[in-house]
Order: sequence, then structure tokens, then C-alpha cells
Amino acid sequence: MSALEFRDAVVRFGDATILGGASLAVEPGEFVSVVGPTGCGKSTLLNLAAGLLMPSSGTVRSLGKPVAGVNREAGYLFQGDSLMPWRSARDNVAAGPIFAGVGKAEARAQAEAWLERVGLHGAGHKYPHQMSGGMRKRAQLAQTLILDPPILLMDEPFSALDVQTRLMMENELLALWQGGGGGGARKTVLFITHDLEEAISLSDRVVVLSAGPSTRPIAEFAIDLPRPRDVAEIRHTPAFQTTHARIWDVLRDEVLKTYRRGVAA
Amino acid sequence: MISVYRVALAALLIGLWYVGAQTGVLSPLFFGHPTKIALQVVDWFRTGEIYPHLAVTLTETLLAFASGTAGGVLAGLWLGLSPRSLAVLDPFIKAANAMPRVILAPIFAMWFGLGMGSKVALGFTLVFFIVFFNVLQGVREVSPVVLNGTRMLGATRAQLLRHVYLPAAMSWVFSSLHVSVGMAFVGAVIAEYLGSYRGVGYLILQAQGVFDVDSVFAGIAVLTACALVLDTIVTLAESRLLVWQPRADIPRDS
Ligand SMILES: Nc1ncnc2c1ncn2[C@@H]1O[C@H](COP(=O)(O)OP(=O)(O)OP(=O)(O)O)[C@@H](O)[C@H]1O
Ligand SMILES: [Mg+2]
Repeated sequence: MSALEFRDAVVRFGDATILGGASLAVEPGEFVSVVGPTGCGKSTLLNLAAGLLMPSSGTVRSLGKPVAGVNREAGYLFQGDSLMPWRSARDNVAAGPIFAGVGKAEARAQAEAWLERVGLHGAGHKYPHQMSGGMRKRAQLAQTLILDPPILLMDEPFSALDVQTRLMMENELLALWQGGGGGGARKTVLFITHDLEEAISLSDRVVVLSAGPSTRPIAEFAIDLPRPRDVAEIRHTPAFQTTHARIWDVLRDEVLKTYRRGVAA
Repeated sequence: MISVYRVALAALLIGLWYVGAQTGVLSPLFFGHPTKIALQVVDWFRTGEIYPHLAVTLTETLLAFASGTAGGVLAGLWLGLSPRSLAVLDPFIKAANAMPRVILAPIFAMWFGLGMGSKVALGFTLVFFIVFFNVLQGVREVSPVVLNGTRMLGATRAQLLRHVYLPAAMSWVFSSLHVSVGMAFVGAVIAEYLGSYRGVGYLILQAQGVFDVDSVFAGIAVLTACALVLDTIVTLAESRLLVWQPRADIPRDS
């Protein structure tokens, strides 16, 4: 049984067909990245898995069950700022357990522990506007992981960060993922990015989406690089560079199509 | 430095008024006399005559503010989350808001009598719409990312209301706090002035009836001082309640 399975998923907004029959399966414990030109429908694909969006036709399954409504087996790391601005970092992280009925004191204790794990020790009292972009991403990560979801959906989570912070957080993400996140089995990750280097250095498998409209996966590549990895160092290995060249060969054409259509303008 | 200019300006204006009143350029019959006005104010507080009136006016203000805010928040949340109801009620809301509501004061006086009820009612209609439109705006402008993020954390509909829509709406309510507190006060005083048997507005009405212009000005001075105190309280409350907001929008004087 796949952790996530899209079968002929079609998404239309009015007359526009965004996803045109996308099929993709992600196995339990697998780290899969999806790359594609801007505006092609990457976030849309993730929203299907999250249950925030229903396909116009086709099916989406999560751990074997059809997704209907918010997917409670998935945690979602958004591209933008999803922290509640009126809650401190600690209370944001504690929100999930509190919604699930855990007592306030217990939820806050758990939150403090998670803040520490993502490197936000002592910053629990800060409100989102008092934190840097990197700190906010860490808080978002803790907020998601505290619920220990078996599936992690990540939508360009690090794209707004500077290069150093980004590399650091990618490594930390891999460490958390390899350690099983909360302690249980390794999580299934569906990671969206438009950065091919990021995709390769993190993933077991990279899926390339075609240019829109009617986007669908057109190619996928297994990444046989050894783990544990250091995302900064692995980029200089020959194996990485040959893989990069192979995938870029496919991706480049789709990116060019998007530019020619003027979608990216 | 700024405050020196301020004091100087106030002194200049009152000085001119005083000289005008002394020389008869400004007829004391219409413009009053600063010294007499000041004495009247002092007298009111010394004899304690003003306290029951002040208490009534402030109680009305408080009740109008509380009921108007509660009503506006509830209506705003409801209509903000129910576009169909909003579509149906929209013309009625527009009409009710466009109506010069001060004109309702005589009707409220008939319905609720000359006591506090009619004053609170007028204040309510003024506060309600300010809060209502702000909450509506707040609900509409809730960040979809925050909303979806919170849904993904497992929030139920009631929890979304309590933890996302309400705080988002309240930030708009707080940002309009100065206006709505001011309106509650204005509603109370105007309704008193249009018909009552106590309150600071009633004092002014009485004084006007016997052409005691000094007392009219004294009443206005007391009301202005009250409004400033209320405004200061709001400013203090604001900085307490909105710690989570970046404060760039609030200018601080040196
Ligand atoms: N609610 C919506 N209504 C109409 N069109 C939409 C809606 N959401 C997305 N779209 C369109 O669907 C297409 C895909 O959007 P999506 O956000 O999935 O792209 P993306 O690949 O994530 O882009 P980016 O790389 O910029 O994040 C875009 O052309 C967008 O305009
Ligand atoms: Mg996107």
C-alpha cells in the first residue's frame, strides 16, 4: 500500500485545466521531491494530498483511504507564513495538541521540547513578527511535527530563506526525518520545490512535472546517493552532477515552454 | 520641545479669549468668560454636584460600548462567514448605516423612556456599525495560509472560529477602538442633550435653557476632559492587547 497515491487526478478551475490526469505513488518512508516550472500546479498537487482541495475527477488516497476533507494523516509545511500571528511561538506549536484535546500545560511542555529540537530554545515567547524568516520556518516545522503525522507535505518551505539558513535547515530536516521525526517510523515526505539541487540532495526520488496547463508527471529519477547526506557537500560529488544533468535535460524543456507561453512573466 | 509649543499655543488661545471677554470684544453673553467657566468647573467638583451626572454619562458610555461591540462582533462573524445571509441583508445594512442615526434619539426616548436605556440604545447604534464593518473586514482578510495551516493542525470549525476568525477580527476591532469608544460617548451625550433628567448632557441642556453660557462651556470642558481620559485608557489597553502586532503603524511622539 502506498502512503500517497494520485490516480488520474484532474483539477479544473473554471475553464482552466491545471492538473490533467496526474498519477503518482509515494511509498511509506520515502522522500519524494516534485519539481516543475513556476505556476504549473505543484501547490495544487500538494493541496490534493492535504485534502484542502478535491479533484474534479480521479482519486487521491492517503495510506489506502480516499482523501475526503482535511487529511489528518498529513502535516503541511506551507510556502508562506502559516503561523497564527496572535500566538507566541510556543503557543503556535502547542496549537495542534490543544485542538486535539490535550491539556494546556501538557501541550505547552511538549511545545517547549519541540522548540528545542528545531533550534528555537528560549524563543518560545516571541510572536511571529518578532522572529526572522528562518525562525518562523523552524516554528512551523515544530508545529507540524509535534502532531507526529506519518506523512509530511512540504511546499517550497525554504524558498524564502537565505542560502546559508536554507542549507542548514535542509540538513536539519534530513536529520529529523532519518531519526524518524517523533521517534516512530520514518515519515513519508512529499516535497515541492523549483530548485533542482535542493530536490536531488534531499530525496530518494525526483518527479518532474510538465509545463501547464494540464500538468502531469512526465519523468522520475531515483536518486542513489548515499545517506546520511550533507546537502552542501553532496552537490560537489560527480554522482550528483550527472544526476543533475540528466534531470535538468527534461526539466529545461518544460521551463522553456512555460517561458514561451509567457506564464512566468 | 513639541509640548512647550503645545502649552504655549493653548495659553495664547485662552489668553486671547480672556482679553476678548474682558474688553467686551467677545460678548460674554455668547462666548462666556474663561475665568467664570473655570470657576464653574471647580465649583461642580467642589460641591460634588457633577459626580452623579458624570457617573450616569460614563455608565451609559460603557454600556453602549460593551453592547455595541458585542453585537457588532457577533453580527460581523456571522455575516462574514455566511456570504448568503450577507448578500440578503446587504441593502438593509447599507440603509441602516446610511441613516443619520441621531434622529433615532426621540424614538428611543419614546420606547425606552428618558432614563439610561434610550442613551445606551443610541450609543449602541453608533458603535455597532463601526465594529460590525471592522469585524466583517477582519473575517474577509484572514490569511488563507493561516486558515489552511490551522485546519491542517486538526482545528474543528468551532476551533477555527475561536482561534483564527475571532482573533483576526479582534485586531480590527481594537484598531477602531478609539472611534467606537468616542462614538459611545457622543451617543450618550447627544441623547442626554435631546431629552433626559440627568447626565452631563442634561446639565448643558439646563444651562442653555437659562442662557448660562459659562455653564455650557464648563460642561463642554468636562466632557472634553472625559473624552481625553477615555482615549488615553484606550491607548493603554491597545498596547496591552496587541502585543502580537508589529507597531510600525503607531507613531510615538518624542
Ligand atoms: N483557486 C484558484 N482558482 C483559479 N486558479 C487557480 C487557483 N489556484 C491556483 N490556480 C492556478 O493554477 C495554476 C497552478 O497553481 P499552483 O499554485 O499549483 O502553481 P505552483 O506550481 O505551485 O506555482 P509556484 O511555483 O509559483 O508556487 C496557476 O496558474 C494558478 O493561477
Ligand atoms: Mg506553489
